[in-house]
Amino acid sequence: METILLFAPLVGALICGFSWRLIGEQAACVAATGFLFLSMLLSWIIFLTFDPGAHENGYYSEPLFTWIASGSLDTSWGIRIDRLTAIMLIVITTVSALVHLYSFGYMAHDENFKEGESYRPRFFAYLSFFTFTMLVLVTADNLLQLFFGWEGVGVASYLLIGFYYRKPSAGAAAMKAFIVNRVGDFGFLLGIFALFWMTDSINFDVILAMGPELAEMTFSFLGYEVNAANTIAMLLFIGAMGKSAQLFLHTWLPDAMEGPTPVSALIHAATMVTAGVFLVCRMSPIMEYAPFATNFIIIVGAATAFFAATVGLVQNDIKRVIAYSTCSQLGYMFVAAGVGVYSVAMFHLFTHAFFKAMLFLGAGSVIHAMHHEQDMRNYGGLRKKIPYTFWAMMIGTLAITGVGIPLTYIGFAGFFSKDAVVESAFAFGGDLGQYAFWLLVIAAAFTSFYSWRLMFLTFFGEPRGDKHTHDHAHESPWTMLAPLGVLALGAIFSGFIWYNSFFGHTDEVGEFFGVEYAEAGAHAAEGEHATEDSHGADAAAPAAEGGDHGGEAAYAEEAEHHYVLIGAPGEGAIHAAPGNDVLNEAHEVPTWVKFSPFIAMLLGLAMAILFYLVSPRLPKVWAETNPILYRFLLNKWYFDEIYDAIFVRPAIALGRLLWKGGDGKVIDGGINGLAMGIIPFFTRLAGRAQSGYIFHYAFAMVLGIVLLITWATLSIGG
Amino acid sequence: MHIADFTFYTFAIILVTAALFVVVARNPVHSVLWLILCFIQAAGFFVLLGAEFVAFLLVIVYVGAVAVLFLFVVMMLDVDFAELKAEMAKYVPLAGLIGVVLMMQLVLAFGTWEFSAGVEARLASPTPPLDEVHNTQALGLLLYDQYFLLFQLSGLILLVAMIGAILLTLRHRQDIKRQDVIAQMMRDPAKAMELKDVKPGQGL
Amino acid sequence: MIATDLSILTPEIVLAIYAMIGLLAAVYTSKDGLASTLTYVTAVLFVVMAFYIGVTGGGTRIAFGGMFVDDGFARFAKITILLAAAAILVISHDYMEKSDLLRFEYPMLITLATIGMMIMVSAGDLMALYMGLELQSLSLYVIASLRRDSVRSTEAGLKYFILGALSSGLLLYGASLVYGYSGTTLFSGIIDTAVNGELSIGLLLGLVFLIAGLAFKVSAAPFHMWTPDVYEGSPTPVTAFFATAPKVAAMALFARVVHDAFGGAVGDWQQIVAFLAVFSMFLGAIAAIGQTDIKRLMAYSSISHMGFALMGLSAGTEQGVTAMLIYMAIYVTMNIGTFAFIMSMEKDGRHVTEITALSNFSSKEPLKALAVLVLMFSLAGVPPMVGFFGKFAVLMAAVDAGLIWLAVAGVIASVIGAFYYLRIVYLMYFGAEEDGLDGRMGLVPWVGLVACAAIMVLGVFNLFGVDGLAEAAAATLVR
Repeated sequence: METILLFAPLVGALICGFSWRLIGEQAACVAATGFLFLSMLLSWIIFLTFDPGAHENGYYSEPLFTWIASGSLDTSWGIRIDRLTAIMLIVITTVSALVHLYSFGYMAHDENFKEGESYRPRFFAYLSFFTFTMLVLVTADNLLQLFFGWEGVGVASYLLIGFYYRKPSAGAAAMKAFIVNRVGDFGFLLGIFALFWMTDSINFDVILAMGPELAEMTFSFLGYEVNAANTIAMLLFIGAMGKSAQLFLHTWLPDAMEGPTPVSALIHAATMVTAGVFLVCRMSPIMEYAPFATNFIIIVGAATAFFAATVGLVQNDIKRVIAYSTCSQLGYMFVAAGVGVYSVAMFHLFTHAFFKAMLFLGAGSVIHAMHHEQDMRNYGGLRKKIPYTFWAMMIGTLAITGVGIPLTYIGFAGFFSKDAVVESAFAFGGDLGQYAFWLLVIAAAFTSFYSWRLMFLTFFGEPRGDKHTHDHAHESPWTMLAPLGVLALGAIFSGFIWYNSFFGHTDEVGEFFGVEYAEAGAHAAEGEHATEDSHGADAAAPAAEGGDHGGEAAYAEEAEHHYVLIGAPGEGAIHAAPGNDVLNEAHEVPTWVKFSPFIAMLLGLAMAILFYLVSPRLPKVWAETNPILYRFLLNKWYFDEIYDAIFVRPAIALGRLLWKGGDGKVIDGGINGLAMGIIPFFTRLAGRAQSGYIFHYAFAMVLGIVLLITWATLSIGG
Repeated sequence: MHIADFTFYTFAIILVTAALFVVVARNPVHSVLWLILCFIQAAGFFVLLGAEFVAFLLVIVYVGAVAVLFLFVVMMLDVDFAELKAEMAKYVPLAGLIGVVLMMQLVLAFGTWEFSAGVEARLASPTPPLDEVHNTQALGLLLYDQYFLLFQLSGLILLVAMIGAILLTLRHRQDIKRQDVIAQMMRDPAKAMELKDVKPGQGL
Repeated sequence: MIATDLSILTPEIVLAIYAMIGLLAAVYTSKDGLASTLTYVTAVLFVVMAFYIGVTGGGTRIAFGGMFVDDGFARFAKITILLAAAAILVISHDYMEKSDLLRFEYPMLITLATIGMMIMVSAGDLMALYMGLELQSLSLYVIASLRRDSVRSTEAGLKYFILGALSSGLLLYGASLVYGYSGTTLFSGIIDTAVNGELSIGLLLGLVFLIAGLAFKVSAAPFHMWTPDVYEGSPTPVTAFFATAPKVAAMALFARVVHDAFGGAVGDWQQIVAFLAVFSMFLGAIAAIGQTDIKRLMAYSSISHMGFALMGLSAGTEQGVTAMLIYMAIYVTMNIGTFAFIMSMEKDGRHVTEITALSNFSSKEPLKALAVLVLMFSLAGVPPMVGFFGKFAVLMAAVDAGLIWLAVAGVIASVIGAFYYLRIVYLMYFGAEEDGLDGRMGLVPWVGLVACAAIMVLGVFNLFGVDGLAEAAAATLVR
């Protein structure tokens, strides 16, 4: 089943990409989509039936074939299924399948391609190929296979961003995404090398168990004696930063919106960009023993969340707003991972995939309706023209802004997961916790503001921009609306349903992720013989579950049953180091903390109403009164410009120097000079010597013999 | 100095001088005459070596046949040797330089000449003592016994030369009458001739 | 004793008798009317003799007191020579007939030349060497001017003859020096004098002159000057013959002299041969660039190829001789195919040899163009064609013998040389549209062309076992 799940998208991609001429365009696309729905079905079966307790260490893996065996490096392809993988599987396949379906409508006509040109099979093939590589990434049971998937999604992303290859901006964006990711990938590769060097293996079951030992080890890196765990974790995180568009390596993500909107929904919102979060969670047994690295993750994550939210405030392109929003939400996830509650990181990843994919697809539906107009300033009053899209977007906005009733279990998906992140950050404590907490809360307010701004600009107010376009605005076909509907369900209910599994009591989380847990007191003793106790702990679980889950009672009860995760590194999907009690503490934060995201949300909403519904002139006035700040934000903190000046221009100048000077002048010039100057000279010389006069020839022979004799006598005599 | 040595050096000096004049003589006929002198000196060497048969072969064949043939050819060819010589004069300095270099190296080689060790034992076909074997007999033994293969091969080479000469020069001209002896002899008078009885005063 | 000696020479004797009978038979019957038959009979006889040599005889046998050596090396060379000569005869038949050159003397002279070559490769004595060489050369001089009404053809023959005489003079001078020093003309005697690896200066000079004479025969620079003129002037089938069998014979003779007679002083001749190799490779490659006539181009190509073969020889090892033999076998095959094509180059009923006539050839004759492409790539040494493996073998031999500079020079020369082969391919495939070749190709030349091209491609698997045979052959020469 796992094998079919993994390879179905590849088969779909191959069929679609290579045989569409035979079976026809439509059939090819249908085939690719069909295979993905099969994959999705299997994923849900796995997710729902997966029982970590039934497998030793909470995972099982299925070997496929040997890949590289060289010295002590022995990598085999295998499928590793644990809770992390299962979560990623449903996220990937569900969003992907829906995006495939959605693309039937969205890609039906595209003015970027000429009449009669076939581009859809290519698009579907790329999508399916992307899905395959993403599945390879998450099902990997060693780092090399993961890296294969990692690069595979990079390639697919490159191909899809540059899908409109006639647009120079699309090509540039594709290149930017690829090149920026190289920076991260370089770190990632170094991390893999370091891990292999230290542990002599790249298989997860070996390296994950080595976390505590790595923390004790050091090695020499760049001339410094560094701690192994910290360095490796840092290097891996640099890889994750690139893929997940964290601050400093984020610049490619907004530009990636040059790709078709379904691509943005699939790759640049729901799946690929979360690969970094997945990686950090997957490597949690090492991260846990790398305090320096996790602190760094918190700093970067919180800063990204804040930075991207501020930029999102002033963007006018509907997709860019959502792109920055994605960037910001990824920051939340990293904060959660950084403070050590990986389950919460995955929780936010999970819910975010639904509502962000839906926002993108909704935005795509708007763009589709508005004839590929993306500037929100030209929207307005679309509520009545495209009602279904409007409601879908509304649900998405409610979810992303985290609407819900604090202290209860009533709310949209984002409410649960985002609050969980914020509370975890606060619970982490210390200056770093405070820093992260406040940045996240402010970012939440901004999130609310820009999300509602998007809604108000698009769907409310008077129609702006080209009248003709507005007159012809139409609702999208069912293939586009159906995915919106499905995702809307996810955006509403996913948080509510799986709240306890991700961010409930430690015992529930532990059971969900297949990690052992025990009562706080017994922790120290049982940690020693963890495996032995595995079954006993499982048996204890149902008893703990018997408690009341509803309302505040759950929080009150906590004091009595204080569980902690005690799984040894490498056991279960995630790991919590001894002493990492953030999950429990997050439930015990003061009530004002629990209210803070909600208040931030209300604040953002109020500001948005004020700015865009009550007095639409205000934004302009504000922008004119604070021109510097406005431009600073509009230009995305000038990151692109700074990078351009610091990295891109010198690199181009160097490249030009080597190309024109080194390659062009020296090498080409040398070769050309040799090939076109010197050799023809000798050719002419040889031609002249071949005069046809026999005494010339005889003379040459005599000359030759004299030369030979001279050489011979000299070499012998000397 | 023995008389033999004296004779040798006399022959040698004349030979080298004559060879030089073969090359530099203005008149080609003179060149051939100088060449004949060379042959005769060489024949003298053979006499000194006790190979009088070879010596006289050289005189008879080379002087008597080859050189005379040369003479005819040179006289019949209408070649402006003076012009060729003038052309050659342009190359004299360079050629002279190269000649000097080559000469110096040869001198170097011959100056340090010595036979290899054990040359006596290896010697291919030492001249047999005259009192035992005749010169011609010794030659015959060599040619028809020891060097049988080489002898036959030179036969083949001559065959090739003959074929070549015929192939390249023989032309069957179609526009001339040829004598066919057999046809002439086999002519039957009865068929070739017809008797006509011509009546007087009538004509044919 | 004489019977044993003669039995060792059976193939040569059979061929010689055949040549004489053939001549007589033709003269007393329909003369040139028999030429066609004689051509095919000769080819068949060559193949039979090659087969006979292949299956009979083993080990090393010597005849006539060491003048004639029949060993594995000689047999390898003889089989190559015989097969190449047979192939050229068969392929050239159509052309000779069409251009009214099919004289009965032609196959007979080829036969006699072949006998000369067989003597050459088996020579164990300086005199036998010279006899073989002259028998071969004289026959070649004659057939070079076979088209006696053509000034170019006769000029080619004359040039070849005069320069050949000069080279024979050099060779004889060298031989007399060697004889003068060592007192013998037998290789087995000469080798004793240089057993310590040190040649006396007299012997060295003799060796240099000998090598110069041999270099003329393999047309190694700077003794190559005759090659382009003779190749261009001679009738194309004769050129084809020049480029194949005699080259093998001369190269084998070269190897025999340096190893059999001077094997004790590898270091001395290695330098000289390496010098010839480098000079030939570069001159062949560079001078060919300027050529517009494909026959001249092939002349320079063969000069360059001889340079590579000499590179293998200059290694002075068994591996080097093996590489040289492999190289020569491949070279001969490539040239047979290429000349089969060149003979078919015709425009408006006339034989043309201008390279530009090949323009846009591929659009008219895709299969033939492809075959030529394969051959050109192979000649240039482009992997995966077989020609690459030949070059690779000699380069490896040179490197293993420590002559890294030579190998580097060889690589550079082959890069330069690739230019003109690829230019032919370029013309065929991308040349301007114009009236190109329109001649038809007979079945036999077509088979020759395609078969050679196919060998160049299919041979990559195991070189048809030639490498193993060459290794065994080389082992008998280098001891």
